[in-house]
Amino acid sequence: MTADAKEVTQTVSGSASVRDIYLPPERKKISGGGVPHVVAKNFSIYYGEFEAVKKVNADILSKYVTAIIGPSGCGKSTFLRAINRMNDLIPSCHTTGALLFDGEDIYGKFTDEVLLRKKVGMVFQKPNPFPKSIFDNIAYGPRLHGVKDRKTLEAIVEKSLRKAALWDEVCDRLERNALGLSGGQQQRLCVARTLAVEPEILLLDEPTSALDPKATAKIEDLIQELRGSYTIMIVTHNMQQASRVSDYTMFFYEGVLVEHAPTAQLFTNPGDQMTEDYITGRFS
Amino acid sequence: MNLGTRKILDRSFTALGIGSIVIMGMTLLIVLVPIVGKGVGAAFFKGTIEHRKMLFNEFGRGDKAKLNEEIIRADSYRRKAFQMLAGFEAELGRMDPDKQLEYRERYDQVRRSLRPLLGPLPGDEPPALTRFQYGQARWDKAEEKLHDFLYETRWDYSNPNAMAKEYFVTRAAGFEGTSLVRLFPYVEEHLDRMLLPEFTFYWGFITDRSVDAHIFGGIWPEIQGTFFLAVGAMLFAFPLGVIAAVYFTEYAKEGFLTSILRSANSTLAGVPSIVFGLFGLAFFINTLKVSESKSVLAGSLTLAIMILPTIIRAAEEAILAVPRTYREASLSLGSTKWNTIVTVILPAALPGILTGGVISLGRAAGETAPIIFTAAVSVGSAIGLADVFSSPTPALSWNIYNLASEHEAASEIRHVQYGMVLALVSIVLLLNLSAIILRARISKKLKG
Repeated sequence: MTADAKEVTQTVSGSASVRDIYLPPERKKISGGGVPHVVAKNFSIYYGEFEAVKKVNADILSKYVTAIIGPSGCGKSTFLRAINRMNDLIPSCHTTGALLFDGEDIYGKFTDEVLLRKKVGMVFQKPNPFPKSIFDNIAYGPRLHGVKDRKTLEAIVEKSLRKAALWDEVCDRLERNALGLSGGQQQRLCVARTLAVEPEILLLDEPTSALDPKATAKIEDLIQELRGSYTIMIVTHNMQQASRVSDYTMFFYEGVLVEHAPTAQLFTNPGDQMTEDYITGRFS
Repeated sequence: MNLGTRKILDRSFTALGIGSIVIMGMTLLIVLVPIVGKGVGAAFFKGTIEHRKMLFNEFGRGDKAKLNEEIIRADSYRRKAFQMLAGFEAELGRMDPDKQLEYRERYDQVRRSLRPLLGPLPGDEPPALTRFQYGQARWDKAEEKLHDFLYETRWDYSNPNAMAKEYFVTRAAGFEGTSLVRLFPYVEEHLDRMLLPEFTFYWGFITDRSVDAHIFGGIWPEIQGTFFLAVGAMLFAFPLGVIAAVYFTEYAKEGFLTSILRSANSTLAGVPSIVFGLFGLAFFINTLKVSESKSVLAGSLTLAIMILPTIIRAAEEAILAVPRTYREASLSLGSTKWNTIVTVILPAALPGILTGGVISLGRAAGETAPIIFTAAVSVGSAIGLADVFSSPTPALSWNIYNLASEHEAASEIRHVQYGMVLALVSIVLLLNLSAIILRARISKKLKG
């Protein structure tokens, strides 16, 4: 594993070793974190003939927040969705190279994608609660995985909602339909729903793009809360957001991973001209 | 396009829209008003003492003491008429043979036209058919029969180039100079006292068996048969249709076979229902031998095949309309495809699936052709639930046709036919209404 990690860290452009990073004072090093959790080796994703993600080499470190930025259509969402194999829903999609999760190939022949998705949770661009009660939304995952006891379910629901900072707002109306919540609340509900199955990784695919600034701030606070407990990857169009919430940032351009560096470094001292052009708004 | 033209186009289109809706509404009214008006007459009418006698004898319903009192009252008037008949018969015996022959024939006609009013006359053999055991049960019919009694219908063939014209001659004229001439004004004047009409709400029309092929009684066997057939068809078609729709939308890979199956499904939806009827006979009864001959089971299976394409298509559309995000959310939580379908997609698609189902149920209830050869009989009693595998059943749709075209006394019981039409239309409308309500309620629940 360490050998792998070393090899991969060297491929990350612009930094000798991503582990010896400069962290701003409010971003403390996480003990027990920093192990490569998801590792991409020459990993490409194709839609039919089109190569959407090109030979990416990267390692995503555990318990830290990694932001993925880049212009529209650069393959950042595709890369994110590859990690829990949501791309399987698109029939023409296939991959080459390797994408490892805890050392196991996500696209391996014997990988159980259902088990994988249990460990790699995802929150989508638009809030997508089920048309069920708040309680049933959160309990959906645990029930799937065999929790039947009402008491246990109640405990899980409360814990998940508390983690998603939603408990105080909805604790008295758990039986109401989730679609009656505001957009921001719905999105936090989706986070709570994902947390209820106790994933190791949290994938956030532009989680605030459909929300107003106030709700966005709440989601960002939530990401800070969850940092250190989960490996978090967030795709965002908002560079301020990336710099606010993430420890590492990956910059994709036309399917190529241009730069992968500590966020503070990438935004203050980008290692690539393209990155600099993008973050300074010269193209988007 | 300039502003003026645009406005004119806009207005004319609005006008056309309103116009077509008005025409549609009028058509609906023109269809529904007579159905309701005449159909209601099957249960609400002025019933005569004959109706009450029939109810008491056939169904044991009614107040015996009151009925007996009424019979005595009516008979006191009828007796006078019967005495006139007997008086004339005696007179007839005294006539010379030539005259006797002439009057005898006319007198027989009088008796024949009096029986539908008052039932069997003194001196008649007790009739075997129930329909001849009673006089006229409905006052509106009695008034028509009174006309038949008072007037003889003749046809005027004098103009060979035109259709023969009908004209009426009073029967009384034929008995001028005899004692019978008094009978006609007497009956005309005292008919209401002989029949004692009173306003009747015959609720049994819905719940009673029919008596003597719908001459009397209700339409319960037909209602029940329609219910069995439609529900039976649903039992087969609904699960099958939903499963097929799930297969088409979730599992089938786009390819030659799938497109063939899809177009086969569309073609099936356009096949005339009589073809399904013949297919049902040939396949379910003759080939598979699901029953000896016609049965509810065979009819339900045939109807199921007929409504299957509709259910599949409605379910397919409902499933496709479920937002992709539900699917993604469920899968991302570690749900299997099957679990996603059962716990997320089908519940979200339920309003659409149910609407398709209930509309098909209405169609199954109303179809005639598929059950002609497979399930329907014109006359029969209500069958038990245990008999559905082997017995045919009367059904509203088929019996409406039967009463309209094949029944030997069709013109006597138009009211029953209208009653059946109203019952069938109400059942179908109720089903569609419940579909709308169900859909609204579930959608509301889903939307929160």
